[in-house]
Amino acid sequence: MAIANNIRTILMALFVGFFVTACAGNTGGSGSSSGSGAARVSSSGGTSDSGVAYLKRNVADRIFFNTNTTGLNNAARATLLAQAEWLKQNGSIALRIEGHADERGTREYNLALGARRAGAVRDFLISQGVSANRLTTISFGKERPVSLCTEERCWTKNRRAVSVVR
Amino acid sequence: MKHFILSTLLLWLAATLPAEAALKIDITRGNVEPLPIAILNFKSDSQFGETIAQVITADLERSGLFRPIAKDAHIESGIDVDAFPLFQQWRVINALALVSGSATVLLDGRLHVEFRLWDVVAGEQMEALRFFATPDSWRRIAHLVSDAIYERLTGETGYFDTRIIFVAESGTKDRRVKKLAIMDQDGHAYNELTNGRDLTITPRFSPTAQEVTYMSFTNNKPRVYLFNIETGNQEVVGDFPGMTFAPRFSPDGQKIIMSLERNGNANIYTLDLRTRETKRLTASLAIDTAPCFSPDGRQIIFESDRVGSQQLYVMDANGSNIRRISYGKGRYATPVWSPRGDLIAFTKTLGDKFLIGVMKTDGSGERILTEGFHNEGPAWSPNGRVITFFRESKGEEGGPTLWTVDVTGYNERPLQTPNFASDPSWSPLIR
Repeated sequence: MAIANNIRTILMALFVGFFVTACAGNTGGSGSSSGSGAARVSSSGGTSDSGVAYLKRNVADRIFFNTNTTGLNNAARATLLAQAEWLKQNGSIALRIEGHADERGTREYNLALGARRAGAVRDFLISQGVSANRLTTISFGKERPVSLCTEERCWTKNRRAVSVVR
Repeated sequence: MKHFILSTLLLWLAATLPAEAALKIDITRGNVEPLPIAILNFKSDSQFGETIAQVITADLERSGLFRPIAKDAHIESGIDVDAFPLFQQWRVINALALVSGSATVLLDGRLHVEFRLWDVVAGEQMEALRFFATPDSWRRIAHLVSDAIYERLTGETGYFDTRIIFVAESGTKDRRVKKLAIMDQDGHAYNELTNGRDLTITPRFSPTAQEVTYMSFTNNKPRVYLFNIETGNQEVVGDFPGMTFAPRFSPDGQKIIMSLERNGNANIYTLDLRTRETKRLTASLAIDTAPCFSPDGRQIIFESDRVGSQQLYVMDANGSNIRRISYGKGRYATPVWSPRGDLIAFTKTLGDKFLIGVMKTDGSGERILTEGFHNEGPAWSPNGRVITFFRESKGEEGGPTLWTVDVTGYNERPLQTPNFASDPSWSPLIR
């Protein structure tokens, strides 16, 4: 149920992404908290506010994974295709891809799992023609959940890879 | 860091008795009947007579192997260290062992502590020691006395004069602040070592020095670091292109073994701290992590998901001869080799539960020590008798706390910390 909901939200975000033209000058990064699929961008590090806001508003910034897996499902691929397209149109933008795991794993393994998830996103974007030197990865393992309950509906949102404009 | 100065003289006051003395705790069995012991207030003209006896009492009680007799049942107290206790009357209330002592602040400012351990039934002295130290180290002296009593009555090395390093956690779950913190094994002398600006996790004590290896997210570059507890110095370990994590020291303290991630793939490496030479030990496309040396340094246990789920593997120290040892139901993670060399402690995931268990080094003889919603990250006491781990509680406000459990699975106890705490690692004996 929760997964279906996420997919719907992502596709909505994608729809917007394809039809809204670039407005990179758009300022202000706050207040655009939409559905769960396009939840707030990870804020670690000094990222460009307007860039983050743009990505967040127009292309889903994150994809989700099944438990203990790093494979990209169809919804994830659709989101990443949109991200790749957007990156091609905005050649100066570089991304940091943050891989995360839910809390239902051991700490060290989850760090590795997050790295694999970020790596899967990176590989996919490269396969779509995005230059490798525009992409960096980092894993936070289970250290930075966004959804805090101890139930599957939260864990499903935490097993994620988030693209953050550097 | 507080410097501990134990300007000590350790004197044997009496010839030791034959090894097969009558009074001994048989700790080879699972559920031990705790030994009744009377720990008298030490004779003293200061508060130390009582406080030292309190610390010893708490140490021995916590071990689960002793049952200290309540103070209000004590027949005598603060007796002269050279006097014989009233054995006959202690026998009446079934005390089997008795500890008497003295704590005196000398004219030169030093604290002078003596103690004697008595076999009440035989009416004989079993052990006697004398310490000289600065008064602020009275707790350490008490722990050293506890270790001496434990060793004399169990035949095993003690573990009371030790510390535990761990991660102190504060703030909400999505923005947790994680600092390295250290305390005595009984929870006293809590001290934070890092300021919490960067995420710091998985501290592991050096077996040979007042040093810790851990992982920090400094500058958004997750890397393995060294931390010197005496000086506060921190340095990154090696210069690697990807994330380094899951570090531990080799038994000689000269190498760090850890995982290095490249393009999403984690393999196991060692780095020699003197030569800075790096050596790759595994070369799989799987996640290979949580490596730990055997105490003789000849083998390494680690976890890998090369068969699809996390399982435990042993390999020779050069990376050869890899064989899987875990074949039970569920997933196995965070293996730690016991200091005695005979057991592996691990985290096991079975269904929706996270358990702590031990198995022999060939994977046989699995025993579960504790289970529940989420138990993780076992670490051994230096004598291989006690395991500390962390337990997560459920809910948005939930968080981890530290626990200890005897290797037999008995005597599970919480370890008090000021805030949420995780990733405990036990120091070697400090002495």
